[in-house]
Amino acid sequence: MTDARWSEPAPTRRWSWTDPALRSAVIQIALAIALIWMAWSFFANAQANLARQGIASGFGFLDNSAGFGITQTLIPYSESMSYGRAFLVGLLNTLLVAALGIVLATIIGFLVGVARLSKNVVIKALASAYVEVTRNLPPLFQILFWYLAVLSTMPSPRQSWSFGLQPMFNAFAGWASGIGLTPLSDMLAALAGDVSAPGVFINNRGLVVPRPVFEADFSIIFWIFVAGIAAAFLLARWARRRQERTGQQFPSFWAGLALVAVPPTIAGFLLGWPLSFETPVLRGFNFVGGIRVIPEFVALLVALAIYTAGFIAEIVRAGILAVSKGQTEAAYSLGLRSGPTLRLVVIPQAMRVIVPPLTSQYLNLTKNSTLGVAVGYPDLFAIFAGTTLNQTGQAIEIIALTMAVYLVISILTSALMGWYNKRVALVER
Amino acid sequence: MVHSFKRILLAAGVLALGVGAAGAATLDDVKARGALNCGVSQGLPGFSNPDDKGNWTGLDVDFCRAIAAAIFNDASKVKYSPLSAKDRFTALQSGAIDVLSRNTTWTMSRDTTLGFNFVGVMYYDGQGFMVRKSLNLKSVNELNGASICVQTGTTNELNVGDYFRTNNLKYELIAFATIDETIKAYDSGRCDAFTSDQSQLYAVRLKLTNASDHVVLPEVISKEPLGPVVRHGDDQWFDLVKWSYFALVDAEELGVNSKNVDQMVSSPNPEIKRLLGSDGKFGEAIGLPVDWVARMVKQVGNYGEIFDRNLGPNTPLAIDRGLNKLWNKGGLQYGMPVR
Repeated sequence: MTDARWSEPAPTRRWSWTDPALRSAVIQIALAIALIWMAWSFFANAQANLARQGIASGFGFLDNSAGFGITQTLIPYSESMSYGRAFLVGLLNTLLVAALGIVLATIIGFLVGVARLSKNVVIKALASAYVEVTRNLPPLFQILFWYLAVLSTMPSPRQSWSFGLQPMFNAFAGWASGIGLTPLSDMLAALAGDVSAPGVFINNRGLVVPRPVFEADFSIIFWIFVAGIAAAFLLARWARRRQERTGQQFPSFWAGLALVAVPPTIAGFLLGWPLSFETPVLRGFNFVGGIRVIPEFVALLVALAIYTAGFIAEIVRAGILAVSKGQTEAAYSLGLRSGPTLRLVVIPQAMRVIVPPLTSQYLNLTKNSTLGVAVGYPDLFAIFAGTTLNQTGQAIEIIALTMAVYLVISILTSALMGWYNKRVALVER
Repeated sequence: MVHSFKRILLAAGVLALGVGAAGAATLDDVKARGALNCGVSQGLPGFSNPDDKGNWTGLDVDFCRAIAAAIFNDASKVKYSPLSAKDRFTALQSGAIDVLSRNTTWTMSRDTTLGFNFVGVMYYDGQGFMVRKSLNLKSVNELNGASICVQTGTTNELNVGDYFRTNNLKYELIAFATIDETIKAYDSGRCDAFTSDQSQLYAVRLKLTNASDHVVLPEVISKEPLGPVVRHGDDQWFDLVKWSYFALVDAEELGVNSKNVDQMVSSPNPEIKRLLGSDGKFGEAIGLPVDWVARMVKQVGNYGEIFDRNLGPNTPLAIDRGLNKLWNKGGLQYGMPVR
C-alpha cells in the first residue's frame, strides 16, 4: 500500500540561510573547524614555546630511571627502574583503592539506604545521622581525620597490638570434633600448631598479616575451588529454571555453598594441606615478612568509602521510594514475605532508578582518590603528576598522559555500568 | 574578533605553560614597578619565615632586601611570594618573580634544562637525618629497614634512594607534598627518621612537639649548595644579582659592616675604596649607582652579619657556620674581587 504523499517529487534544496537544516549543518561544521583550529593552535604554541626555552619534550623520559622509592608496590619496583614502571605502580595503586572503595561504598551505601527507610526509629535516626555527617564534610578533611586522628594514634611497631591465629584455628578444631568431623578437626589442630606465634599486628605503620605460601600442589585445590564456583552458578540457574517451570523451590544457596567449600577441603586434606604461612617478625624498625597494609592506604580507602556511601545511601533510598507502594502490596497479597518482596519485587525495579546516579558516584570516588596525595598515598597522581613531573619538568606530556588515564578509567566504568543498566532496564514485552 | 580571540588563546597557552616572555631588562621592570618580586619559601625559620608581626625574615629574605637596597636605597621595597618546592620553578619561568631566593639546590638539570642561572651559593648545605633520641642511633647506616619521611619535589627524595641503595640498606620512603604534612607524619611516629637539608632539620626540630626528644645524625649524605636563581636571557640582571652576593661576602672579608660603613668610605684601603665606590664606577656597569654596596651593607649588613642575625649563636637555630665561613677562615665563602 502506497501513500500519495511519498510519491510526490521532493522539493529541490536551495542555498538559503532560512533553511533550518542547512543553517544548523553550516553552524556545526564551522564549530568543528573552530575547535580543531583551537586544539592545533594550542599544540603549535606549546611546541614553539618549549623549543624557545630549550625544555625537553617527547615521551623518552619514560625510559629514564626514576630514582625515588615508593611505599606500596603491587608489582616489583626499585629506584633503578624507569619512570614508566613508576607510572604502572601508581596506576595499579589508584585502581586498587578505587576498586575496593567502590565495593565498600556500595555495600555500606545499600545498608544505610535501606536502614533510612526502616520502621525502627533508632536505626532510622542512626542512618540519617550517618548520611548527614558524611555527605556534609569535605572528603579531604575526612581523609586527614582518618589518617591523623585515628591511624596515627596506633602504637609503635614495638608496642603493636597483636592477634594470634592459633586460638581461631583451635576454636574451629573444637567445633569440628564436636560435630564428629574428626579428620577436619585433626587438620585444623595441625594448622593451629603451624601458627603458634602471633601473626596479625596493628601499629602506626599499618596492619601486618601472615603471607600464605602456596606449594606446588595447591593449584589443584585452587582449580577444584574454581570448578565448585562454576558448578554452584550452574546449579543456581537450573534451580531458577525449575522453579519458573514447576514452582518447586530448591535450596540452591546452601547446595552451592557446599559445592564451593566441601570439595577443596577434601582435596586439601588428601594432599596434606600444601599451604603454610610466612609469619611477620619484628626486626629492627619494622616487621619483616608477611603482608603489610600501609595506613595511608587504609585512611584513603575508609574515608572515600564512607564519604561516597553517604551519597549512595540517598540514591538507594530514592530508588526504593520510586517503586510504588502498590507493588509491595501486590507482592504481599500473593503471599510473599517481606524479605522476598524486597529482593524479588522492589529492588529489581529500584535498580532502574539507582544505577545511573550510582555510576556518577563511582566516577567521583575514583577521581577523589587523587586526594591521597595529602597523606602520602602513592597513587598515579602523586607519583606521576607529582614527583615525576617535578623531576623531569615535562609538564605537558605528563599531564596529558595522566588526563588520558583518568579519562579511560572513567569511560570504562561508565561503559560497564551502562551495560549493567541495560540488563536491569525495564524489558517491555 | 577572530584576532582578539586568537590573542586570548595564545595568552592562555602561554599562561598554561608557565612560559612567560623572558623580557629583556628585568632591572627596568623592577624600577618601574618600584619593588623587587622575590620568591621565598612558605616558612622555613632562619631562611625565609614571617615573624610574629608578619615581616619576612631570614637569610634568603635578607638577600632580596640587599638587592632592593642597592636598587632603591630602601631595603623594604620587596614583594615576597611564598612558594612550595613544587611550584617555585614555574613562578620564576613565567616571570611572576624576578629572583628565586628559596633554599634551592644548585643542580645541573635545574641550571640548564629549566632555563635558569644560579648566581652563587648563599649557603653550603648537605642532607641529613633526624631521629628520636630514644632509638639510641649513632649513624645513618643503622637505619636499615626504617621508614623515612621526606618532602616530595626535592633533591632529598632522590638522595635517600641513592644512598640506601649504594649501602645496601632497606628503607621505606613516605613522600608528602608539603613540609608541614611531612613534619606531622614524623611527629606522629609514622616514620623512624625525617630527612632534609641539615639546616632545615634544625628548623623543623623547633616545630616538633618536644624538640629535645630528637637528634640529628652526624652523617651528611649529599652536597646541597643552596643559592638564588634568575631566568636565562637577561645577562645584566644576572650580573646584578651575582655581584650583589659577591659584594656582601667581600664586605665581610674586608671588615666592612653596617656599623662602620660610613667611616669605611674614607678608608685608604684601595680594595675598600673600589667596593664602596669612592674609587671607580663599578656599580654603573650593572645599572646601579656607585654607592650600591654601601647601601646594601648599611641597611642589611655584610654576609657574616646576615648569617649571624638569622642562623647564628644568638638565634634559636644556633647553626655553626662550618662550610659557610670565609675562605680564609677555613670555609668556602669566596667573593670575587671588585676591580
